[in-house]
Amino acid sequence: MNEKHPLLKYVREGAIRQPHCSGCGNGIIAQCMLRAIDELQLDIDKIVFVSGIGCSSWIPSPFFNSDVLHTTHGRALAFATGVKLGNPELLTVVFTGDGDGAGIGGNHLIHAARRNIEILTILVNNRIYGMTGGQVAPTTPHGMKTRTTPYGNIENPFDICRLVEVAGASYVARWTTFHVKQLVLSMKKGLLKEGFALIEVVSHCPVQYGKYIGARDPVELLLMLKNLSVQMGEAKSMTAKELEERIVVGEFVDKKEKVGLAKAYKGLLDEVEA
Amino acid sequence: MSEVFKKILKSGFHFMMGNEACALGAIIAGCRFFAFYPITPANEIAEYMSLFLPKVKGLYIQMEDEISSIASVIGASWTGKKAMTATSGPGFSLMQENIGYAVMTETPCVIVDVQRCGPSTGTPPLPLQGDICQARRGSHGEYPIIALAPSSVKDMFMLTIDAFNLAETYRTPVVLLSDALVGHMTESVEIPDSSTIEIVERKRVKNFCKKSQHFLDENVAPMPIFGFGYKAHVTGSTHNGRGFRNVDDPSFVDTLIRTLCAKIEKHKNEIIKVETKDIDDAEIVLLAYGSVARSALHAVKTVRAEGLNVGFVRLVTLWPFAEDIVSDIARKVEKILVLENNMGQIVDKVKEVASNEAEVEFLPPKTLGAIHEPRYVEEYLRGFFK
Repeated sequence: MNEKHPLLKYVREGAIRQPHCSGCGNGIIAQCMLRAIDELQLDIDKIVFVSGIGCSSWIPSPFFNSDVLHTTHGRALAFATGVKLGNPELLTVVFTGDGDGAGIGGNHLIHAARRNIEILTILVNNRIYGMTGGQVAPTTPHGMKTRTTPYGNIENPFDICRLVEVAGASYVARWTTFHVKQLVLSMKKGLLKEGFALIEVVSHCPVQYGKYIGARDPVELLLMLKNLSVQMGEAKSMTAKELEERIVVGEFVDKKEKVGLAKAYKGLLDEVEA
Repeated sequence: MSEVFKKILKSGFHFMMGNEACALGAIIAGCRFFAFYPITPANEIAEYMSLFLPKVKGLYIQMEDEISSIASVIGASWTGKKAMTATSGPGFSLMQENIGYAVMTETPCVIVDVQRCGPSTGTPPLPLQGDICQARRGSHGEYPIIALAPSSVKDMFMLTIDAFNLAETYRTPVVLLSDALVGHMTESVEIPDSSTIEIVERKRVKNFCKKSQHFLDENVAPMPIFGFGYKAHVTGSTHNGRGFRNVDDPSFVDTLIRTLCAKIEKHKNEIIKVETKDIDDAEIVLLAYGSVARSALHAVKTVRAEGLNVGFVRLVTLWPFAEDIVSDIARKVEKILVLENNMGQIVDKVKEVASNEAEVEFLPPKTLGAIHEPRYVEEYLRGFFK
């Protein structure tokens, strides 16, 4: 039993203690990312992890043993834009949540996709503001009761993948914390994508979201995610009514031909020099 | 640097706009990343940056707002690039949270605020020195800041270079508090020979070991630039010298705030620049900064020629405030007349350090938003000596 975990080499010394609640989906997502890096044999010293504020922003910070920029609420993608353009040789990965990335930082999300900047964004969607105590999010289902919608949510949730797709991203996929194998595969694709890549991970939150849907057991929540999920191919033959409350998973966009922003800028510099 | 001079600028006399001089100064200082969101009266800085930066392999990007402009500047700075953004009042307000982040994470960067009349949308093309206090305390929490106030087109060139040198030396954001008048002013300016300009580069991590301290040193810790295996942990949360977060123990807060403040306070004599004229025999001195200092100096020269003993003080560095110099001057004179194009933003600091020794009075312009006419100031001075 003295064998070390094979991914421990990617964990910062002295940072093993996790800030997440027990049963949180973030541990699964962290492990998927490290597996993707390991399987691709990437040098983690050439990856910069940028995160904002919220539960998911603690996935790389301070846990991942590389350069980590833990920034302000909603702005991770804006900081990451400077990192990527400042040194295009570095792989830039953003961890953000639904509140961080689609609420306060929604503007940066659509503009990063529009620019098609070479950043992989892992958007962890637990459909609630977890860290602040379970307030309604821009991704909370219609009608749901939360701490700040005691009479039910009268607003409608974002479809983050569709939003980013129409804004111009090169790679868009959605999985849940149940789909670990698919998630690792998607992360590998995203890490190598020369354009804006977004993976939405619908995550279970036993402490906040679970409280409001009456399910606190992580395994039960994972099985719920499994049962709610519909593969995108299957979803095509379903009506809008049938898709209500379901989670459509799959790879929505995988473009190869679109030029990323950092590459386009290099082209501009060459042109100016010539 | 001489290579850069060859590409974008010749030494000698030019007829140039303040905002252009700022852009050129930035590139000479080594700025290679500039992010911007359009706003009057700062647009020309971006126009020149978008033209010149690609010629020196620098990066120009127009972001979706001022929040992301300063954010991307901070991100670029961590890759080792000297980085700058420019804006005016409304954008400067939006930047405040991330300026605090830059102070907290000890990120060198330059923010140019070409001030305009506020509050709110106000009057975009007219100058007001309305952001002096915002520059000092606009972000939440307790922190130090360096802010400089250019008075001329030449200042827009030289003080932009100074701003970069200070940012690099002390690993901190530096604010250049220009205004619509200085930014849009076109006047003759002598660009000095490149060999006479000093350019400072930040101290970087050299001998990396696991226990290296990358933050919180009164004498400025070396910066662990991304991509070199330094495994930098950069966070806006309260942290220790290695970047590790601790939000349980108030002693971490205490050490962090005191060290960040000491980093600037301890070196304030090297940071602070003040210009004085005719102080030794003066009964009254005019204290001003930025565009208003031009009117003040003009008035001082005129009434001096009439034989009135009037002196002049110009704060080149607004923050940290030149309290020792101002209190020394207060001991020599009867009165300090503070001129600002606002309702009094620096005058309280002057009173704090000077009012035990000299009378301190505030003189706003006759019309806010139109700087002090020299005649208006001269009449006041003649009245004082009657």
